[in-house]
Amino acid sequence: MIAFLTKRLMHAILVMFVISVLAFAIQGNLGDPIQQMVGQSVPESEREALRERFGLNDPFHTQYLRFAANALQGDFGFSYFYREPALDVIARHLPATLELVFGATLIIVLLSVPIGVYSAIKPRSPISRFFMGVSIIGISVPVFLTAIVLIQIFSIGMTVSLFPQDTAWGSWLNGFLSTEGGMPSFGRGQDLTHMVGYWDSNLFTLGGLRHLALPSIALASIMLPLFIRLIRAEMQEVLQSEYVKFARAKGISLRRIYFVHALKNTLLPVITVGGVQIGTMVAYTILTETVFQWPGMGLMFIDAINRADIPLIVAYLMIVGVIFVVTNTLVDLVYGMVNPTVKLTGKPA
Amino acid sequence: MSTYASPTPTRWARFRDSYFLYSFKRTWSAQLCLAIFVSLVIIAFLAPWLAPTDPYDLRQIDILASELPPFWIAGADEMYMLGTDAQGRDLLSIILYGTRVSLIIGFGAVLLQALLGVTFGLLAGYLGGRVDALLMRLADIQLSFSTLMVAIVVGAIVKATLGSSFYSEYAVLMLILIIGLAEWPQYARTVRASVLAERSKEYVDAARVMGLGSRRIMFRHVLPNTLSPVFVISTVQIANAIISEAALSFLGLGMPETHPSLGSLIKSGFDYIQSGSWWITLIPGVVLVVLVLTINLLGDWVRDVMNPRLYKG
Repeated sequence: MIAFLTKRLMHAILVMFVISVLAFAIQGNLGDPIQQMVGQSVPESEREALRERFGLNDPFHTQYLRFAANALQGDFGFSYFYREPALDVIARHLPATLELVFGATLIIVLLSVPIGVYSAIKPRSPISRFFMGVSIIGISVPVFLTAIVLIQIFSIGMTVSLFPQDTAWGSWLNGFLSTEGGMPSFGRGQDLTHMVGYWDSNLFTLGGLRHLALPSIALASIMLPLFIRLIRAEMQEVLQSEYVKFARAKGISLRRIYFVHALKNTLLPVITVGGVQIGTMVAYTILTETVFQWPGMGLMFIDAINRADIPLIVAYLMIVGVIFVVTNTLVDLVYGMVNPTVKLTGKPA
Repeated sequence: MSTYASPTPTRWARFRDSYFLYSFKRTWSAQLCLAIFVSLVIIAFLAPWLAPTDPYDLRQIDILASELPPFWIAGADEMYMLGTDAQGRDLLSIILYGTRVSLIIGFGAVLLQALLGVTFGLLAGYLGGRVDALLMRLADIQLSFSTLMVAIVVGAIVKATLGSSFYSEYAVLMLILIIGLAEWPQYARTVRASVLAERSKEYVDAARVMGLGSRRIMFRHVLPNTLSPVFVISTVQIANAIISEAALSFLGLGMPETHPSLGSLIKSGFDYIQSGSWWITLIPGVVLVVLVLTINLLGDWVRDVMNPRLYKG
């Protein structure tokens, strides 16, 4: 276990080093920070003085070492736009993203496990077929499009007039398909509960939850089909195995076989894939937050790119890198613990 | 068609008698998907001849005719079947041109991914040792970040480095490069896995005993035997590349509005959704979904037919 931990730690440090060099390498090339900070009327001599003061004229490795030393102490410099430490800016935006991810994860777990298990147990039932069909459509719809459709249906509202209005069934269908809208689709709203520090929560008021609803559904929609299909495939495989047949032969109730014996082993690969998908989830928060103007890290990152706010971009990349490395290591660890047949140290790279 | 003498008759005969074709003839959903996909591709590439107007030609755009609805909604102009966008461009024409842009980027990016991934996978699998460790570690790192994330970050950096105007001028090339570079590990891993299986087979030993060089064995003997999983993931990768392109364009890191792909059409339409002009964003969206859905369904079918042991995850 200790050997494994050391190995993973070395790996993690190597990855972080690569990320930090890459993140830092873009600093020198990415826009002109002085241009962003001062107005047009500031003369060239003052700009040069500023460059000197921020150390923008030093050679690459000096700047990198200074950057790395500061980064290790959690200092990524001042955001050019917010004029405060970049890490503080990120810390302020982090809770919004985490709550969004939390909401989406909740939806994914609550829906994918029952649907996946059901469609594995009864693969030929019409309900399973329906869910499988919907899930392949779900994979093919990009997350921002789901978000836009959700906004159109639940926030703006749609008046459907596709069917003849003068017939009874036509007007009924039109009325049935039309929606009123009214769900909030912009930002986090005002009903936030202050928790600690930078953490204002959407989770404890009705207004806050209403704001969280559409973004969470949009973010969940992209992962849900994947997990349903994965749980279904793994469950089907497990149900073929000898020990399930044996349990059945012993006369254990089907419900107990499905939910105690089979589900446990189904969830093993789901954990691994789930961990890997956290990376994808972060990418999708960027898209979701852009559509809903959700003031989280993703939107902050896109804004930072448009403003050439380099310290903020670099800090974001580093923080996201840490999140990835930590989750991947944790997933490997958890996987090794729940599945003792995996030899941790002997794993091929 | 079957009666013509083809340049490689044995291959054609093999294809004609294959389970692949047999299964295709018996799967109506695969036929339907292929029909829809092929017609979309043909229509998109014939856009300059089929489209009612040329959306790249500023003289044909009437700003006064902006935000007109499609034909089934009152207030439509019969000149514009699917309505117009916020700049007064005919939506049908610009969707045809946009589909073409999306397809070019999707195919181009997958070609680049396959080229890089197959080469690296082959090298890693066949040579092993340090080359393998280095390449696969690189692939691991990149995959742990998710391909879309890599594409967004690289796109953002490239755009900021080269400047917006330069970036949008070469946007097609840039997007092919970015998506190609972001997704090569998928190919590399698949190819490496099957190369490892092939390497220990007797024909490779035989070729080595005959004194053939590594390069010849790799590309002429091992490579052809690893291509069926490559073919299988290619369909899914094309769908992924088209979605990635749309996502990058939606974030403003892709095609400019003057030369839109489906993604940038959705983006530019999204700004007008609050004013009720939902068609500018949703009609290109439907086209995008149909395109990706047919490719995904085809990919599912191909995977079921060929059923290779694919790398999971």
